Amino acid sequence: MPKTVNSLEFGVQSFRNNLKLFLPGGIIILLFAVSIIAPFLSIYDPNKIDLDSIKRPPGIDHPFGTDSKGRDMFARVVYGAKASIGVAVVAAFVSAFIGFFVGIVSGYFGGRLDTVLMSITDFILSFPSLLLAIAISVVLPPGIYTVMIAISVVSWTSFARLIRGHVLTVKDMPFVDAARAVGCGNLRILLLHIAPLCVPLGLVMMGIKMGGFVLTEATLSFLGLGAQPPAPTWGSMISANRAYILTEPWMVIFPGLAIFITAFCFNTTGESLKDRQEAMGNRL
Amino acid sequence: MLSLAGERAHPEIIENIKKEMGIDKGFIRQYAGYLKLLMHGNFGTSYYTNRDVLKDIAAKFPNTLALAFVATLIAVPAGVTLGFIAAYRKDGLIDKCVNAVSLAGLSIPVFWSAIMIMLLLSLKLKLFPPSGTGDIRFLVLPALALAIPAAATLARITRTTVADILKMPYINTAKAKGLSSLSISSVHVLKNAIIPIVTIIGLDFGSYLNGAVVTETIFGWDGLGRFTMEGIIKRDYPVILGCIITGTAVFVLVNLITDIAYHYLDPRIRLHAKDR
Repeated sequence: MPKTVNSLEFGVQSFRNNLKLFLPGGIIILLFAVSIIAPFLSIYDPNKIDLDSIKRPPGIDHPFGTDSKGRDMFARVVYGAKASIGVAVVAAFVSAFIGFFVGIVSGYFGGRLDTVLMSITDFILSFPSLLLAIAISVVLPPGIYTVMIAISVVSWTSFARLIRGHVLTVKDMPFVDAARAVGCGNLRILLLHIAPLCVPLGLVMMGIKMGGFVLTEATLSFLGLGAQPPAPTWGSMISANRAYILTEPWMVIFPGLAIFITAFCFNTTGESLKDRQEAMGNRL
Repeated sequence: MLSLAGERAHPEIIENIKKEMGIDKGFIRQYAGYLKLLMHGNFGTSYYTNRDVLKDIAAKFPNTLALAFVATLIAVPAGVTLGFIAAYRKDGLIDKCVNAVSLAGLSIPVFWSAIMIMLLLSLKLKLFPPSGTGDIRFLVLPALALAIPAAATLARITRTTVADILKMPYINTAKAKGLSSLSISSVHVLKNAIIPIVTIIGLDFGSYLNGAVVTETIFGWDGLGRFTMEGIIKRDYPVILGCIITGTAVFVLVNLITDIAYHYLDPRIRLHAKDR
């Protein structure tokens, strides 16, 4: 007699299986949500300078202490999540979109178009990526949009490569021939028959890349190429408070921990997504 | 422009500087002028120090090379060993620990770990000098900061590759022949796993060589990365362009050397080349 699984047991089991995916994902969503509704919470204004309470160590009033201008570090770290996570998500969507488009067109049509598009991809891949991102941020006026553009320009290539490879295996499958026999045009086959099969791969790739995007954003704003002061970003907080590392280390430790936790959660989510794809037989 | 001449400079002086730098001409002519300089192997001179950019880069490159070597020397044994151990204990407790540690290593921002390493090992424990350029003692800390993410990547790649190889029939054959596990792992496993490992080492080495911009700046190591960073802060465009061009050239060159190394490391690739 087959073992019956009641819905509760099944629920518990799938919850366990999904913990590695949803716990870190949930933490990121929570961080982002808190930074969005932060103005309505009763915490300090992140940019309010209070010269009476400079360099306070972490305590009840200021859980993360205050910086050299008396600004509350906790508020600044909370507000910083908006920039860091926001930039990573937007950059991931933009680079996935460009890479997806280039990948399916290049893989499907092949020939000279494929050669040209893949040469451009190889050209960008031959640059060391952080250096290229820095170069782009130097040319454009510094700010949050510049960081998004720099990350997207550097990283759409890995999406294009992946999607192109997948299209090459999919486009010779019988259902594509069937669609063509029925009289579907190229555009219809591409958009309705091939593209949907590539979407999951693209999403998984976004999950894998996002942790790196958080770090790149942090690095660029550490170098002063991201959002400009007094806007609170984790990278710029660390670079501004670097000088106080020996006497007031909390000014550097907490923003760094925030970056680390966010990147770690993104990387864990990305890895469990990747494991699932590989279990289904798609090598990433 | 104003930072060069001073905020209250005479308009005539500004005009003179513009003429000297050639920015009174059109965009295309400026670009053509730069290309012409490049053709002669000349990166121009810095706006601020008026020194030859190429000479400065050549002077700083050995420092960057030394840092890259030490960082690789730390990262490779650590990463490959961890990866091997994890693969042999796949899905066990050790594997899970290595996995978590390597994911953490990939998630630490380098500029933060650099500051933390400096705080702990140099300012608190006083083991190494905090920053500056000099002998090997100055190299350890920046190399350590660079090696953390590199070792993490290496551990992950080694783990997946070795785990795949351990499933292969020829490993069973080797075991059946009665070979010791040491000779299996050094001869059969390592030789087959070497290609992906060398690829990652090459990529990392290439990216150190174009200047570990952040790490060199934090530790005050007088290499290409700090030079790039100074150029960026002062908007010294000949320096920035020179560094990026050199960095990319070196990166491509290291990747080429990696590709050539495949030929010597993997006899299968040699055979393919002969067939053609």
